[in-house]
Amino acid sequence: MWSASGWLALAGGTLVLGLLLLARDASSAAPTRRDRGLSAFGTIATVVTGPRCLNCHQAERPLQGDDRHAHIPRVERGPDNLGAVGMRCTACHSLHANNETSGVPGAPAWSLAPLSMLWQGLTPAALCRALKDPARNGKRDGAALITHMASDKLVGWGWNPGQGRTPVGVPRAELVKAMKTWVAAGMPCPDEVVMNLPSDAHGRAGEGMPW
Amino acid sequence: MVTLTINGTEHVLDVDPRMPLLWALRDRLDLVGTKFGCGRAQCGACTVHIDGEAARSCSIRVGDAAGKNITTIEGVTGKVAQAVQKAWQDLDVVQCGYCQSGQIMSAIVLLAAKPTPTDADIDSALAGNVCRCGTYVRIRKAIHQAAKELA
Repeated sequence: MWSASGWLALAGGTLVLGLLLLARDASSAAPTRRDRGLSAFGTIATVVTGPRCLNCHQAERPLQGDDRHAHIPRVERGPDNLGAVGMRCTACHSLHANNETSGVPGAPAWSLAPLSMLWQGLTPAALCRALKDPARNGKRDGAALITHMASDKLVGWGWNPGQGRTPVGVPRAELVKAMKTWVAAGMPCPDEVVMNLPSDAHGRAGEGMPW
Repeated sequence: MVTLTINGTEHVLDVDPRMPLLWALRDRLDLVGTKFGCGRAQCGACTVHIDGEAARSCSIRVGDAAGKNITTIEGVTGKVAQAVQKAWQDLDVVQCGYCQSGQIMSAIVLLAAKPTPTDADIDSALAGNVCRCGTYVRIRKAIHQAAKELA
């Protein structure tokens, strides 16, 4: 004969088992709109956290190269995101094309991203929130974000970065498709998890040099 | 053909528009005061002015410089340039001298924009001008002296 506490334990165990089965059923069901959106955001995050994008979405100064080292020579954001007096971005970077002899990259609107678009050190969840926030994405709604990824010339440079730099790994058409899926799904964001993303490496390699 | 305005004079050159401006200056126009250092915009020896801004001529394509006012060390004029030249001479800044035309071109841009620069301003503006002789302390002192001269 079972005691009352035994019955309670059985009832509780049955309830837990039931919930587990429900959860299994849910996980084996067709992906929801949010699932599809999150999957698409995964593709987007792969692109925007790559060095071609993230190197210039930094706080004070850009990074360089696939290894994300400090920009050489040392440069600063300046009041207009285009460098300090005497060290403007266009001192070296063309606004038309990569320089084939010096290896210095160039594209229209070459610039450090505005501080409002700071992605340095963001988790995927925080990056997602930043991407869809008009206050932090250049006042773009979903449609404008798709257009930005599809036709902005500076974004396009990521697939033509010049010698010594790896192009964005995801084809541009695939990124645009992912953007459309993410926007259609209501731009869902992943839950916050702890994850180490590349951060600003500057301040180490440049220090100790007179200038 | 590319037309370049250099030190106030127009030059029509039969060159590839992708050619670095530095090559046109040195090899086509014999303006050799602007130096070739690294060729990769890392050292600043090739600094010139384009529309009044410092630019690394090794990394500026002649096609991008066409239609703009280019000034080299040979053609730089005005009271800021004179003050910088005097300070450089007074303090005997130059050692081997290879980087100095680039240093001077950057110093002029800085003083034209910030007549009384701080040490931090100098460090920011000349961060791209490397001196293998280590004349940085004298360069900084000379810029401050030129600023006083201009005040």
